Amino acid sequence: MNAAAVIRHRLFWPAAVLVLLLAANVFFTPGFLSVELKDGHLYGSLIDIARFGAPLILVAIGMTLVIATGGIDLSVGSVVAISGALACLWITDLDDQQSVGGVLTAVGLALGLALFLGLCNGVLVAGIGIQPIVATLILMVAGRGLAQLITDGQILTVNSAPYKLIGGGYWLTLPFGVLIVAAVLAITAFLTRRMALGLLLESVGGNPVASRLAGIRSRGLIVTVYAFCALCAGIAGLMVSSNVSSADGNNAGLWIELDAILAVVIGGTSLAGGRFSLGGTVLGALVIQTLTTTIYTIGIPPETTLLFKALVVVAVCLLQSPAFREKALNRRRRRPQAAPASADPKVKVPA
Amino acid sequence: MDDAPAPILHMRGICKEFPGVRALSDVDFRLLPGEVHALMGENGAGKSTLIKVLTGVHAVDGGEITLDGAPVSFSGPLAAQQAGISTVYQEVNLCPNLSVAENILIGREPRRFGRIHWKEVRRRAAAVLERLEIHVDVSAPLSSCSLAVQQMVAIARAVDVSARVLILDEPTSSLDAGEVAQLFRVMRRLKAEGIAILFVSHFLDQIYEIADRMTILRDGRLVGEYLTGELGQVELVGKMIGKELKDLESLENAPKDIAAAERSRPFAEARSLGRPGAVEPFTLTIHEGEVVGLAGLLGSGRTEVARLLFGADHATTGELSVGGAPVTLRTPRAATNHGIAFCSENRRAEGLIPDLTVRENIILALQAARGWARPIPRRTQDELVAKYIDALKIRPADPDRPVKNLSGGNQQKVLLARWLIVEPKLLILDEPTRGIDVGAKAEIQRLVVELSDGGMAVLFISAELEEVLRLSHKVGVLRDRRLVAELPNDDDLTTGVLMETIASGGRA
Repeated sequence: MNAAAVIRHRLFWPAAVLVLLLAANVFFTPGFLSVELKDGHLYGSLIDIARFGAPLILVAIGMTLVIATGGIDLSVGSVVAISGALACLWITDLDDQQSVGGVLTAVGLALGLALFLGLCNGVLVAGIGIQPIVATLILMVAGRGLAQLITDGQILTVNSAPYKLIGGGYWLTLPFGVLIVAAVLAITAFLTRRMALGLLLESVGGNPVASRLAGIRSRGLIVTVYAFCALCAGIAGLMVSSNVSSADGNNAGLWIELDAILAVVIGGTSLAGGRFSLGGTVLGALVIQTLTTTIYTIGIPPETTLLFKALVVVAVCLLQSPAFREKALNRRRRRPQAAPASADPKVKVPA
Repeated sequence: MDDAPAPILHMRGICKEFPGVRALSDVDFRLLPGEVHALMGENGAGKSTLIKVLTGVHAVDGGEITLDGAPVSFSGPLAAQQAGISTVYQEVNLCPNLSVAENILIGREPRRFGRIHWKEVRRRAAAVLERLEIHVDVSAPLSSCSLAVQQMVAIARAVDVSARVLILDEPTSSLDAGEVAQLFRVMRRLKAEGIAILFVSHFLDQIYEIADRMTILRDGRLVGEYLTGELGQVELVGKMIGKELKDLESLENAPKDIAAAERSRPFAEARSLGRPGAVEPFTLTIHEGEVVGLAGLLGSGRTEVARLLFGADHATTGELSVGGAPVTLRTPRAATNHGIAFCSENRRAEGLIPDLTVRENIILALQAARGWARPIPRRTQDELVAKYIDALKIRPADPDRPVKNLSGGNQQKVLLARWLIVEPKLLILDEPTRGIDVGAKAEIQRLVVELSDGGMAVLFISAELEEVLRLSHKVGVLRDRRLVAELPNDDDLTTGVLMETIASGGRA
């Protein structure tokens, strides 16, 4: 593959930004890239980024499919809180918090509720025809109340080793959460790219009217992706609450919907729907998580972190825009007019 | 022609390259004031690219453009418009949710005390339309107007920007005969005012009626510039496609066994099928292997008939039986399950998924029918797609190119291929040859004949009566959303008879 093809690849710019961010970290913290094995667990900043970024990646994967259909899901943050709250509530009521069976029931209940909430979103959007941003706004606002209701306005703390595994544990030297993300990503990639789900989703997002006339049953597809998105958020909610062994109805998953949407956009999926890229989304989520880490390591004053983050995000988005790059390049070297008409057509190098 | 007045616009040695494709090489083009100049060529010959280069949508890779003798280079359509070059595209690019007046004056609203002076907006819009002899309520939303009126509004807007050069890209493709005549009146008036008009159309008769001069392109190269009066139609077509057009003529004489089509089993029978506001109850039988043509003016209910038969709209009255069994088609999916396929006339809005590739667009309907859990194996995809790219001569023959980058005719073929691979029993074609070139048109017509010979039922909708007559076993005539006549296509049926039926509503 030649250099031009690499630069044209749609994942080039997000990847370049990620590398740049990592390089900045290495500059400020020389040992940043080192990963070491301690007590059978891998440790290091890179592992931390993956571990803390796991819930965001999960939510962003679900969000990618929703956005591909031309929709959006604002309620994922609330679903994160609800799922964690319900699981923790169930576990605090257990006689033995260490019982694996009890924890599994809690997980099942939490994910079941998340799935149900997602179905509600899907029905509001595809069945009733409410605009996605409004339909999911309902659950975004109401969901916080539901989470508070579950926790009775308190922060529920649990002390359960099996539950701690989900977000804070290790398996085969790796953080368990990272393994869950890998599994969800693999399943999603299989369903969308090996099966024909991806084509149908992109078609529905790309032109809903034409898709209907081509015989695609878009209603079922749309309900499915909202349910899937909520399920991903539910799993993320378990991770978040498991990592801190507590459920906070107010702050768990706060603003994660915005980070997830941002990750999808940085990954090159258009908010207008159509083409989507799971790999891009994962890269985008990693960029955001690395950025958060970077802000701490290079000692940006905490009160200005959000501003700094915003500036970097704007820069990333501009870099990704072909129109902007062209403008910026043209300003630097205004090409003289009238390229010779007889010039040979550009030789295409096979990739 | 050296005694001609100095050209208002002159393009010399224009070259344009897209990755992997040479769209234009060394093309010259000039436009004289007060002339209608037709730009001719097949789909993909470079007509649209030349227009886009001229209006600044694309930057030129080589050559120069002079306007009134001064070299120009536009950064975009807006800059071109400010210099006096306005364009009206094939597909109307206006805001349907705004009023007619707003559409005409958008971005240039007259103001008073810093606020938009609405009364003046309406007055000026009405004045512009008056000049073009279009009578329509300027405060009505554009979406409530017919496509033809929308087209006129687009032209009114272009003219009102005080254009000296007006580019009309396929303006007539969705107009009926009366509207075309109206458009031509407008064009002649603008011409008399000294405006130079660049006109693109696939209707040769229209070119000969309105154009003074024509420039022919083929494969991105200039074939030549001719006075319309000096080049016959047959020579023109020969120059456009680079060969003689015997195939089309042989097709014209193909004998049709009308009786045989009537004897074969009926595939779809509509009895008093109708939907208020769309089309009045109609009764129509389509036999296996039969081509049924639908003729009628634009908006006479042709498309509505097709949509009812395909389940795109619900029929509220009457019944439909397919293959002898009564069915209720609630969705297009139900229709595809019964072996019915529908190529919409509006391929951009209702046909293609622009961001997806040619391959993905072609396999879409088949994949939808199989469901997401049964993907078409990649090798089967490749075989099917290669077969239809080859059979329909889709160009460029690259299955992985986004379909939005193809020319109109090739997009139409992609849409056809999508439905042909599902092997339907009834194929509904709504204006399949609109806006595409002569060569592609002949290919599609030949295909229709072949398919019906193979036993497929075809419902063929077209505004071109000659085409309907050439292909159909019988012709249904629509007028004012009513099926007024069903005529067997025997020796007595001519375009004249069809036109009379349309005009008289079959009462004569």
